[in-house]
Amino acid sequence: MAGEPLLKVQGVETFYGNIRALSGVDVDVHQGEIVSLIGANGAGKSTLMMTICGSPQAKNGQVIFDGEDITRLPTHLIARRRIAQSPEGRRIFPRMTVLENLQMGANLDNLKYFKEDVEKVFAMFPRLKERQTQRGGTLSGGEQQMLSIGRALMARPKLLLLDEPSLGLAPLIVKGIFEAIRKLNKEEGLTVFLVEQNAFAALKLSDRAYVMVNGKVTMSGSGKELLANPEVRAAYLEGGRH
Amino acid sequence: MANGYQNVQEDVMAKAVKEGAVAGIIAFLMFLVFVGIETYQDINNQLVWRTRWGLLGVFVIVAAVGRFVTVGFIKPHLDKRKLAKAKTGILEVSEEKSFFHKHFLKIALVFLLCYPFLAMMIFGRQGSLKYVDNFGIQILIYVMLAWGLNIVVGLAGLLDLGYVAFYAVGAYSYALLSANFGFSFWLLLPMAGILAGFWGIILGFPVLRLRGDYLAIVTLAFGEIIRLVLINWTDVTRGTFGISGIAKASFFGIWSFDVGAANNFNKAWGLPSSSVYYKIFLFYVILALCMLTAYVTIRLRRMPIGRAWEALREDEIACRSLGINTVATKLTAFATGAMFGGFAGSFFAARQGFVSPESFVFLESAIILAIVVLGGMGSLTGIAIAAVVMVGGTELLREMEFLKHIFGPDFTPELYRMLLFGLAMVIVMLFKPRGFVGTREPTAFLRTRKAVSGSFTKEGHG
Repeated sequence: MAGEPLLKVQGVETFYGNIRALSGVDVDVHQGEIVSLIGANGAGKSTLMMTICGSPQAKNGQVIFDGEDITRLPTHLIARRRIAQSPEGRRIFPRMTVLENLQMGANLDNLKYFKEDVEKVFAMFPRLKERQTQRGGTLSGGEQQMLSIGRALMARPKLLLLDEPSLGLAPLIVKGIFEAIRKLNKEEGLTVFLVEQNAFAALKLSDRAYVMVNGKVTMSGSGKELLANPEVRAAYLEGGRH
Repeated sequence: MANGYQNVQEDVMAKAVKEGAVAGIIAFLMFLVFVGIETYQDINNQLVWRTRWGLLGVFVIVAAVGRFVTVGFIKPHLDKRKLAKAKTGILEVSEEKSFFHKHFLKIALVFLLCYPFLAMMIFGRQGSLKYVDNFGIQILIYVMLAWGLNIVVGLAGLLDLGYVAFYAVGAYSYALLSANFGFSFWLLLPMAGILAGFWGIILGFPVLRLRGDYLAIVTLAFGEIIRLVLINWTDVTRGTFGISGIAKASFFGIWSFDVGAANNFNKAWGLPSSSVYYKIFLFYVILALCMLTAYVTIRLRRMPIGRAWEALREDEIACRSLGINTVATKLTAFATGAMFGGFAGSFFAARQGFVSPESFVFLESAIILAIVVLGGMGSLTGIAIAAVVMVGGTELLREMEFLKHIFGPDFTPELYRMLLFGLAMVIVMLFKPRGFVGTREPTAFLRTRKAVSGSFTKEGHG
């Protein structure tokens, strides 16, 4: 890939109190790519995701987005740079309706595109359209995940961060959601940075991927390369093939 | 078949008798010390005790009979009705609302607008004083306070146990500024609101990082700090003596309600001299203030800031990752809620003509919060109903003179206020865990407006 990456994470170290969760992570995400980050539980994947969003902030190193250093920006200002996140555990607003949830994702100061964007999300996830007046908390897990992604898309993001979109979902629904991500990337050219436990599905979907162990990136390469890599196969794929 | 049915009924009766007896025993043990024994000071200022077996008996009998009737008659009846309904297949939820239900708000507003005149027609000029002042104004003050707190607790989800502090700030702002500088009510009303809102922000800053229980404790402390400052800063606030002789509100500066004034309202309109006209005027002022609160709340809920409050209540981290400035959002919630508390406070001072720290104890905060919770957090109608029931109910207790004939001349119904308050709360929470109005009106629609029933969500998540 030529040119400056859209998102450049450089030597980032993040601490929870005295505990070092990330020790010098470098990750690049280029315009139009799907990049995934795989690793075991507690490897620091979600921490990296949250560090990009500025909560917690990196102690050392830099996060550069679109040529701007966003390391020290507060979370809500990072979000306004159009980095949208579908956080781990979905975190939709359970007592608000589906439509209100989507509205929260939209740029509240400028609702010009609201209707158009809602229709787009509904076209992608027709289930949400059926349930638009229901409360978020009454949706099934898969629908909540769709809502979480839909809400993130309402911000018309330049970069979409997805934290474990397959968490706790049936394989068929996971397939549907990954299909939707692929479509977004192909048709709209949306850049996606994906954190996944479901390594097989993630690597198949991604252009490139990083493997994380104990707060460090230990391996990187194209999705296909990593799928073929014996070490990766042994650690993350054997028995995990869905 | 008939035999079997009889058996079942006998079983129910046996069970009812047993449970009634158990309830009686439990009531006896529980109230033995609290009700059965009373301490008092005798002539020599010594603390002695006497027994009140009669009253204790009444308590035990009420508990036993109540349980007996509930188990033996009410529950089987309800079960039967439910069963019959299930058999005929009619759902309890019907889409068609009755006329009264549909136009409830309009009817209520018209009633409120006519209320003082109705009271005057029915009870005469002096007789209506009680109804306009004790019931009307008193209830509306609590409605306004509860609606103000609703912004903080119901919408933004920040549990505030010290709301009365802002009420106090509003009341003292009016009392002090009017006594020392002679400003009028209509100038000080917005000023008291602004000052209270300012204190809301001051409270907001240190508690930005706190949520739930921790926030509740800090706000509780804040409420007490304000009260203690009012008690101890005697140079300014005159401490526990309070400030008396606070100027009355005037009719927008055109007419005064002071008896000696040249432009006295009653004289100008050729009315007989009576304080009831001032009370009626105050009634409309507080009604207007309530309407203002409701209007602002409804408008804000449809605006980005109101939506952000509700989202903040649900999930703070998600809010931040969606680009919402949670600091500003929390502070505006505190400030807006406090501002309405301040309005209510300055009105309270003008109405009483006297303020002292006594009026701003923790119990007031608790009552206001109870009204918000009972009404159904976030629902304006529900909160108004809860205020009528709770405040009106306690006022009504004062009127229950006939109880003295039953329980003897020593019986003062007001003393049982809190007991009944608690009882009412337990009952409401048992049968309507989401408060009187558990539905939440959605604020965004593409095509049609459709209320979301509270029955779809977890308890306490209305």
